Amino acid sequence: MHLEKMSTFQLDVLQEIGNIGAGNAATALSTLLNRKIDMKVPSVRVLSFEEMMEAAGGSETVVASVFLRLEGEAPGSMFFILPLNQAEFFIHQVTDEVNFSFTNPPYSEIALSALQEVGNILSGSYLSALSDFTGLTLLPSVPSLSIDMVGATISYGLIELSQMGDFAILIDTILTGSDTSNEAIQGHFFLLPDPDSLEIMFTALGVSSNE
Amino acid sequence: MIRVGIADMNLVTSPDIIRTCGLGSCVGVVIYDSVKKHAGLVHVMLPDSSLSRAGQLNVAKFADTAIVEMVKRLQRKGSRISSLKAKIAGGAQMFQFSTGDLMRIGPRNVDAVKEQLHALGIPILAEDTGGNSGRTIDFNPVTCFLTIRTVNMGTKDI
Repeated sequence: MHLEKMSTFQLDVLQEIGNIGAGNAATALSTLLNRKIDMKVPSVRVLSFEEMMEAAGGSETVVASVFLRLEGEAPGSMFFILPLNQAEFFIHQVTDEVNFSFTNPPYSEIALSALQEVGNILSGSYLSALSDFTGLTLLPSVPSLSIDMVGATISYGLIELSQMGDFAILIDTILTGSDTSNEAIQGHFFLLPDPDSLEIMFTALGVSSNE
Repeated sequence: MIRVGIADMNLVTSPDIIRTCGLGSCVGVVIYDSVKKHAGLVHVMLPDSSLSRAGQLNVAKFADTAIVEMVKRLQRKGSRISSLKAKIAGGAQMFQFSTGDLMRIGPRNVDAVKEQLHALGIPILAEDTGGNSGRTIDFNPVTCFLTIRTVNMGTKDI
């Protein structure tokens, strides 16, 4: 399927996938942190690899990202990406390491595994909603956490795509929350379906891929 | 400052510096001529062009085609292949899980780059490869130093 030739309707369908997945994840996060979490309308874009890096904050920006590969009927890659100050905030909320900071390596194992588990729970709820919605079997790999440059980490999601061409389709959803302490939560979900998976998703949802 | 994006290549002549940001499993290959003071940098993403299933081939993406193309460009600028040298960086394993081809892509890229440089008879004078950190690299064609910056290990010249 040629990414550049997708119809508006097909892009709308992918946006709905982002809506349903991230909506479920927002509920999970809200339960986990016991606060209100909102989500922005997902954006679905066909991007060059360089534009992908910009969407995640720029290739040299350091972020916390949880990455997992999806296998099963519709393979793809998924990232949950947090700016470092947000990742610190998450760690403060879910562990008793209230002074944790990324400016003081080496990092505590508990803090990192808590962050990885947050990514695990959120991407798991995103994917189970996606699986229910499409009826497709999606098998996520064990997620892995990296604290490093956007270019170095997000490029893993492009390896499969790059064998087909120089563009990626990105379903980007932002979760936000705020409270009286004025610390906003802002995390990105990136879903990057492998090129062959788009047609499989469209077929599963009864949308013609030649529309 | 000349910037090279992912799966991209470019040339630099003194006094400019050439840079690529955020190398993870990708490999930055600098091929330079220390006498003529020009160099080329490629940001290689995949080991071999036989992996391509696309109609149109982006030669800068693959180790084999990118290095051959870069050498051609340097030859057009007046360099003889015998005066070219290389420095390389990248090929990390950013995520520490599971097996599978995807997770081994960094080391495979490094092997493919070395194999292609060896086939062309271009010596690798310095390398900083493997590990599990992202790298940003700058090359100065006057000093022929490759400056490598990582998130937690500071900056070094090779």
